[in-house]
Amino acid sequence: MEKISLQIDQHQIETERGTTIIEAARKSGIEIPALCYMNLEGMCIKNQPSSCRICVVEVEGRRNLAPACATKCENGMKVRTSSMRVLNARKTVMELILSDHPHDCLICAKSGSCQLQGLTNKLRIREVPFEGERNRFEKEVSPSIIRDMNKCIYCRRCETMCNDVQTVGALGAVNRGFDATISPAFGNKLSDSECTFCGQCVAVCPVGALTENDYTNRLIDDLNNPRKTVIVQTAPAVRAALGEEFGFAPGTSVTGKMASALRELGFDKVFDTDFAADLTIMEEGSEVLARLNAFLSGDKSVKLPVLTSCCPAWVNFFEYQFPDMLDIPSTARSPQQMFGAIAKTWWTEKMGIKREDLTVVSIMPCLAKKYECGREEFSENGNPDVDYSISTRELAGLIKRANIDFRSLPDSDFDNPLGESTGASVIFGATGGVMEAALRTAYELHTGMPLAKLDFEEVRGLQGIKRAVVDMNGFELKVGIAHGLGNARKLLNEIRRGESVYHVIEIMACPGGCIGGGGQPLHRGNSAVLKARSNALYEEDRSKPLRKSHENPYIIKLYEDFLGKPLSEKAHHLLHTHYFNKSK
Amino acid sequence: MPEIKLPQNKVDQLLAICKEHGNQEGELINILHKAQQLFGYLPDKVQCIVAKELGIPVSKVYGVVSFYSFFTMKPKGEHPISVCMGTACYVRGSERILDEFKRLLNINIGETTPDGKFSLDSLRCVGACGLAPVVLVGEKVYGRVTPADVERIIKEFE
Repeated sequence: MEKISLQIDQHQIETERGTTIIEAARKSGIEIPALCYMNLEGMCIKNQPSSCRICVVEVEGRRNLAPACATKCENGMKVRTSSMRVLNARKTVMELILSDHPHDCLICAKSGSCQLQGLTNKLRIREVPFEGERNRFEKEVSPSIIRDMNKCIYCRRCETMCNDVQTVGALGAVNRGFDATISPAFGNKLSDSECTFCGQCVAVCPVGALTENDYTNRLIDDLNNPRKTVIVQTAPAVRAALGEEFGFAPGTSVTGKMASALRELGFDKVFDTDFAADLTIMEEGSEVLARLNAFLSGDKSVKLPVLTSCCPAWVNFFEYQFPDMLDIPSTARSPQQMFGAIAKTWWTEKMGIKREDLTVVSIMPCLAKKYECGREEFSENGNPDVDYSISTRELAGLIKRANIDFRSLPDSDFDNPLGESTGASVIFGATGGVMEAALRTAYELHTGMPLAKLDFEEVRGLQGIKRAVVDMNGFELKVGIAHGLGNARKLLNEIRRGESVYHVIEIMACPGGCIGGGGQPLHRGNSAVLKARSNALYEEDRSKPLRKSHENPYIIKLYEDFLGKPLSEKAHHLLHTHYFNKSK
Repeated sequence: MPEIKLPQNKVDQLLAICKEHGNQEGELINILHKAQQLFGYLPDKVQCIVAKELGIPVSKVYGVVSFYSFFTMKPKGEHPISVCMGTACYVRGSERILDEFKRLLNINIGETTPDGKFSLDSLRCVGACGLAPVVLVGEKVYGRVTPADVERIIKEFE
């Protein structure tokens, strides 16, 4: 790459030809503000519609101000990012954006983490001289996502996530002029579109246009209801990100503090989704081995590869977009749902609690989990296995609201029996983690020999699609891993064309896996944050005395006391599911 | 919106149009033009078929349809009426003519009468400013129209 040099403010900068001004500036530590620009470096995808015009800079010799996000650096260029002219223009642009933006910041769900609010403050805008017409779009409340397009600033980041990263295509720019907005086709609701509720649009929205459907008030009601037993399960990825909301650096694991906080909030039992993740490995791993053995012995009715089914957004994706392949994914329910099913049968029976008196709450890095709780097949006589799910962000908000000093909380452990877990389940939260956990168990169950090395480095990392061949004592097991639904689509198209070479494929809808979920502290496309969170999970795995799901003593006991063995009739009834064709 | 069943022969023609254009995403606007000629408008179903054939999300197709004012998702009347609101026609009183059409047909711009006979639109200049104000009904041009003429024009087509 050809090197060029240019001057940005006082700094002489060397960069590669083709770099935009905003990138060159950022690499040198000069932050040019922007609202629409988003660079997903890990995915080689950029959102730069140059629509917000906040990043305008002065380039010597040019008549007009230039958008730094879309103007390439040239040799000898002189750029000023904060001249009087630039500051005035930036202020006017902000005033125009604010002229039709609601001013209800005090009660907006994004207040405090809104980039428009932050920039308004930074630019010290204290009045809006233009009082314009306001849009009156109807607010949509879906089980997972709330969409208030009156707050949209047309940055189109959500559209980039939905179309380019996830290839879901639910959201697009529609209408023209003042009526322009971002919407599913025909002005439909998200619930009536192919939306998977992955929440990646929420993860990047700079303003309050896209937020999660917040269930914390319902939770407070239940916690204060003396007739209810309220128990909680926490997903693996939550512990690796919750700390960020309390000033810990990304990648700080706060498992023990989280358990203490949940106890202080008044949950009767603090359990762990990780327990159910170990259970998932038992069921899914056994299913993989059964299908693999049948296939290898020539059974033509068995299809390979087996696809994982832990991720509800991914389940939605194939139900809408690949209805011809509903028989390929594993029938195993997600860990969240396995937990709910066991809690509301085995545990209630053991404790002598009536199903109706038990509330199962999950803390998830995910917005699709909110929707998943409501799927009809996961309930009995209208009583859901998991009552509702709240996100990592909502939990952080609740801890702050309850005046709990999170940073100085002591560490504590989860309750038993549904809180015991192995290292294999902790890594479920990172892309490749489910595969690695499954390999640890499948290898030992298949070969009957102990695994020499537990770390499968080749399935780790943030590469979009990972492939590995694992020697199962003579048999070469080929595995594939994709995170981000756009990558998943590539592997699915291979299967559709009959070109897939894999025996097992793990798919997670969100970039990085659950650690980058739509319910986590907003990642806003920053892959360094994802990397740090994933490291935290692998670190926790290493520190666990037990690191293989089938060695979890409470899982062994659960099978002895209640389920019999993996894939038993009872296990099928409680821990497996079926899929629906949702294509139109 | 009521469920509309598209006649199979027209659906076949639509598929042929897509194929003619190589099922290419870049041909979307051309395909929609022809589809609108074929159906008279672009209902949801037509857009879904085009999206499927081109392998693109239907939200993208709808984005294009809702952006360009030429495309319509409402069926046009048997006799589409267009009142010119270009500068010349406007200063010579075309707004009062448009109001008269609205009053007599009891519809707004962009709407169609319940019997499907008339639809009402405005347009910008048909290049016959000497005849201002101008009204088009289908291909027929009426010049120097006054509000009093409107009823007579409608009667011609009833």
